[in-house]
Amino acid sequence: MSDHNNIKLPEGSIGKTTTTLNLGPTHPATHGVFQNILELDGERIVKAEATVGYIHRAFEKIAERRPLYQITTLTDRLNYCSAPINNMGWHLTVEKMLGIKTPKRVDYLRVIVMELARITDHLICTSIVGVDAGAFTGFLYVMQYRELVYEIYEEICGARLTTNMGRVGGFERNFSAAVWEKLERFLKEYPKAQKELEALLVRNRIFYERTRGTGAISAERALNYGFTGPNLRATGVDYDVRVHEPYSSYEDFEFQIPVGTTGDNHDRFIVRTEEIWQSLSIIEQAYRKIQSFKGAEAEVYHADVPEYYLPAKNDVYTKMEALIWHFKIVMGETDIPPAEVYQAVEGGNGELGYYLISDGGRSPYRLHFRRPCFIYYQAYEEIVKGSMLSDAVITMSSLNLIAGEMDA
Amino acid sequence: MPLTNEIVQSRLTEKFGDILTGWEEPYGMMTFTAPREYNLKVLNFLFDEEDLAFRFLTDLTAVHYPERAGEELCVVYHLHNLVENLRIRFKVFTPVSQPDVYTATGLFSSANWMERETYDFFGVNFVGHPNLKRVLNVDEMDYFPLRKEFPLEDQTRIDKDDEMFGRG
Repeated sequence: MSDHNNIKLPEGSIGKTTTTLNLGPTHPATHGVFQNILELDGERIVKAEATVGYIHRAFEKIAERRPLYQITTLTDRLNYCSAPINNMGWHLTVEKMLGIKTPKRVDYLRVIVMELARITDHLICTSIVGVDAGAFTGFLYVMQYRELVYEIYEEICGARLTTNMGRVGGFERNFSAAVWEKLERFLKEYPKAQKELEALLVRNRIFYERTRGTGAISAERALNYGFTGPNLRATGVDYDVRVHEPYSSYEDFEFQIPVGTTGDNHDRFIVRTEEIWQSLSIIEQAYRKIQSFKGAEAEVYHADVPEYYLPAKNDVYTKMEALIWHFKIVMGETDIPPAEVYQAVEGGNGELGYYLISDGGRSPYRLHFRRPCFIYYQAYEEIVKGSMLSDAVITMSSLNLIAGEMDA
Repeated sequence: MPLTNEIVQSRLTEKFGDILTGWEEPYGMMTFTAPREYNLKVLNFLFDEEDLAFRFLTDLTAVHYPERAGEELCVVYHLHNLVENLRIRFKVFTPVSQPDVYTATGLFSSANWMERETYDFFGVNFVGHPNLKRVLNVDEMDYFPLRKEFPLEDQTRIDKDDEMFGRG
């Protein structure tokens, strides 16, 4: 028989009129392992405290012993909804450090892969916002096109989610006919599905009422909080790394930066939706550019960097030098030059930065990932303060919080 | 006239004189060092001056150089002027025995978690931070794992019982 007088309650908990609610770390509404400790007055949030670190994997420490190629697999696991962008960002960092100039065709192939990844990333976010507003249909419907994109990844590199795609200087192999065939199918069929998803949500009264005016943040606060990517653009700031600091020949493409005005859930949703259309247009442009290459240029898929790019297998079996390079690259025995470099790419969630310091050894002396998610999630406490619990859930999904990127 | 590294450098030396050192430009990004007592003064100056306006804190982290006696920890700020689209890198060094650096949370709300992360992994004590506690590691941890004195496990070690790891 328990004696009620023996139960130790926290100080002040009898008199307190608010409820404490743990939203996460394993709550389905968080779509990932992170926790919000909410203090509720009825359904209204009076205080929120965000806790992260549940899938922290010490990537920055691990990277300090790994040779360059083994770090690519770590970047996969940051924002796993758009792993190829992370991979390409890492290769671009290494290429910047080593001064490698990639051929135009490689740049365009990369642009295709990165924009496909952006579409899948935004696709998850926009359809999940729908789910959290009560419309599950759209989410399942568009997943078949994400599946198609994953099949394209599979044809390119053999993997689907954690892709480990590409090499320093280019790709491991040329894109096969199946890649182009599936890409054409995607470009042909996907716009229809995207239109249907938009028809389901954009002018939908329920969705509109649920998202409009909730989870808003002003442009000043967003900049002060280090927002980047679609979440910043939803507030009206047109900062996009692809335009401000073009990498991988993004300057060759015509595209617009969609911006919102109020920075609320609805604007974030609309900005991502528009970015999907821009990405589709970029992919089409890149595809046309690739088709216009003639002769030897039309076959090139990597830069000529024997120190870092694995030689062809038949050479490895027949030539001594190729075998030596193969061994040195696989074992990570090529010393990298001393350098200090910062390279940013426009990830699905914003500016994904790689700060790499090398002291001349085989692996980085220090590698820091600027993870957009980690930086803007701290604004969550301020955004949801005073809002309803159900709005806080939509805010979480419209910010596109990816636990893997938050915790590194 | 667009803002360039040279202009930023001349404005900074005009204001602070010789206390700013280590001017470099690795891969086009201007980098400099200030004494740690001056970190907020420099950040404030870069933030407030209308022609400089470095008002976006891109990144804040630290690096540990155990061989540099008296200045083992280096706190690195990456700042961005979004209008002129110019990035600069700013460093302060601090001894590991007394790693006190003023917090930048007064200027940048984004510095809050970035400083917590830096504290979490390097033990840099950000003086004046509103909530300086660990963010990614467990609260009970009593060391700072990204410091160089904590090596990663030797990959060639053979004293592990493979059966414990399902490989027996």
